Amino acid sequence: MTRLKADSRHAVRFSLNGKPVEGEAEPRMLLSDFLRHQLGATGTHVGCEHGVCGACTVIVDGMLTRSCLTLAAQVDGCELRTVEGLAPSADRLGVLQQAFRRNHALQCGFCTAGILMSLDHYLAKNPAPTEAEIRDLLSGHICRCTGYTPIIKAALEAAAELTSAKKETSDA
Amino acid sequence: MKPPAFDYLRAESVGDVLDGLAQQGGDARVLAGGQSLMAMLNMRLAKPKLLIDIMRINELRRIEREGETVVIGAGVRQADLLAWPKLSEALPLVALALPWVGHMQTRSRGTICGSLAHADPSAEMPLALVALGGEVLLRSARRRRRVAAKDFFAGMMLTARADDELIEGISLPIVKGARVAFREVARRHGDFAIVACAAMRTQSGVRLAVGGVADVPTARDWPKLEGSALDDALNAFAYELGARDDVHATARYRRDLVRMIGRDLIGEVLQ
Repeated sequence: MTRLKADSRHAVRFSLNGKPVEGEAEPRMLLSDFLRHQLGATGTHVGCEHGVCGACTVIVDGMLTRSCLTLAAQVDGCELRTVEGLAPSADRLGVLQQAFRRNHALQCGFCTAGILMSLDHYLAKNPAPTEAEIRDLLSGHICRCTGYTPIIKAALEAAAELTSAKKETSDA
Repeated sequence: MKPPAFDYLRAESVGDVLDGLAQQGGDARVLAGGQSLMAMLNMRLAKPKLLIDIMRINELRRIEREGETVVIGAGVRQADLLAWPKLSEALPLVALALPWVGHMQTRSRGTICGSLAHADPSAEMPLALVALGGEVLLRSARRRRRVAAKDFFAGMMLTARADDELIEGISLPIVKGARVAFREVARRHGDFAIVACAAMRTQSGVRLAVGGVADVPTARDWPKLEGSALDDALNAFAYELGARDDVHATARYRRDLVRMIGRDLIGEVLQ
């Protein structure tokens, strides 16, 4: 049992996109703020701060997670993935990111990080989604530029590309 | 939109939780999936002095058949229950209602029991608990008790849980051979319901439970009714629920939904 006092800062350690990270947080510090302000990982955006808009969605131990509804202290020892971990290298975009770029699936880009994390997680488990399934998934995100149609197109294109890439590998 | 200051206790056993609740009482809140409580904290609608995180306690993560019931522990996330292979067979009503709870991104963290503790009158899990006639398993350092669903919800966001009690789990009856139906009307899928209804064929007739209208989800049993007798019963029930106008819908629209969805679902389960 660990009790962290309200008025002091406590060490928080976890794995961020495969690398160990460490910082200090009061118990009340949100994971979204910890990522951005303590670790400088500003790819995760903060929109509504009450779990509705989905901009801050990250992956904690394989679970889609609203980082604004999560305390930094809760993820001590966990494995986190954020949008910074999606590209295979600094100068190359991943398949999903490329599909977003091709289809103009972002306008202001504020909601994009969260949507990419949801889609990346979902497509890994559901390689051949229907449009209805993608729409259901996107119901957990709000894009106030309202550009949902190209987002859906990009998601379906990325799914098709990821599936065909897998087929080639298994045929080889 | 930042939470107020609180101590954070990472409990490793149920004993840790009960000790914390016994010491801090009403100033303590149990943190499970956080999908309701964290929003309340961010908006400072809740200002506890102590948060007790129960999600590292393995014994609370059980989904088990016990005789003619299924027991779901306080640490079971909504996504865990959706992925339980026996869900459709053992708890078909829950299987129908659960996809309506929030979004995939919140069901992944949110717990079944957390939704019950929050007791939003429009929420689907409290409705399912009342419709099935389940029980809430409460435990404090002093005692253990079981509270029937209809006695658990005391008002809007109010429950029969005492300040020092943990909702350790719930028990839902496996209703053999019962036909069930569920339907919800909301502005968008994943929003709280304007009206949600669950119907179930019982031994003597039919039960209809309604959420989103009264301060608590409310169930009513009838013998097998048809035609105008059913319409009259539904109309009386719709008025008894005491619908109010709000920004989402008028009282009259809510009564209309109770009558229409109620008739459809009862037809479905009595088929």
